Amino acid sequence: MSNTILHKAATRGHADHGWLDSYHSFSFAGYYNPERTQFGVLRVLNDDIVAGGRGFGSHPHDNMEIISIPLEGSLVHEDNMGHKEVVSAGEIQVMSTGSGVFHSEYNNSPDKAVKFLQIWLFPNKLNVEPRYDQVKIDREKGDNKLQQLISPYRSEEGSWIYQDAWFFSGHFDEDKEFTYEKKRGENGVYLFVLKGSFMADGQKLESRDGLGITGSGAIRLKALEPDSEILIMDVPMENKIK
Amino acid sequence: MKLNILVIGRDRAILGVVERLINSHEDWKATVVTEEEQAFGALGEKEYRIVFVAAGVGAEEEEGLRRRINERYPAIVVTRHFGGGSGLLENEILSILDNKGYDK
Repeated sequence: MSNTILHKAATRGHADHGWLDSYHSFSFAGYYNPERTQFGVLRVLNDDIVAGGRGFGSHPHDNMEIISIPLEGSLVHEDNMGHKEVVSAGEIQVMSTGSGVFHSEYNNSPDKAVKFLQIWLFPNKLNVEPRYDQVKIDREKGDNKLQQLISPYRSEEGSWIYQDAWFFSGHFDEDKEFTYEKKRGENGVYLFVLKGSFMADGQKLESRDGLGITGSGAIRLKALEPDSEILIMDVPMENKIK
Repeated sequence: MKLNILVIGRDRAILGVVERLINSHEDWKATVVTEEEQAFGALGEKEYRIVFVAAGVGAEEEEGLRRRINERYPAIVVTRHFGGGSGLLENEILSILDNKGYDK
């Protein structure tokens, strides 16, 4: 039997700093909701819009797996490991912040906003040597099927992280039905609709709605609109430090 | 009275940021140290309610610290700070205050 938790888009935390307009699926910074702190090891899911020419100045992180997914536009990343990269829509950026890293993320455009997801997972290994990775997403591979973005394994498709977690995305035609099989028995699955709408586990999900599902091995989904797009995060519900 | 928070970590640059972020809250005061001996020195000087274990301290060391601190100061919450400051620090403190029923 499955248990679900629904996070409607409109119930997310919201912070508008002018240059940064951010929606928080889970408690973050000045948004504190003790009922909504995390889904297993998934601790942060921020839906950010950064104004042209603006961004996050140099700041530190440690012991967190940070995945950024640009949805529109691009970011300029710089860190104290020596990386200076542009990450654009159609790519994903992964940082294992481990023992500590300083980085900045700025909008690469002087005048157009960049939209991106910022996702943080607790790591299953502490104080690792920090690492940076960036991979391209072949959009065709997610055409009416799920494409793997993240896994725990270096040898697999997409990027990898220090956690027993998998991310998938795909964009689907209206009425297309598919099943997601959970990768690991003790994991839960968090669905986040990027575009359009889906029916999942008997629940209608619209753009930016999130649905956490535990206890179910397979999840039946159906796209309800043309070109509906979803992000699936398959994450441990309990963090076991290795 | 301010809420005193002790932070033990090994990365001095990150400790500096964490200290600044905690102290930016008018009711909170941070002390940062890099070694257990310094931690016990600080704990003997004033009343702390929270000890954060930060970057550079491993899981086993964290468990040992928690045990030794709680043997002498059972009311102190010893927990790991994740993320290096920005984003989660304020939430972590508020969550501890909530769970312990302390004023925020």
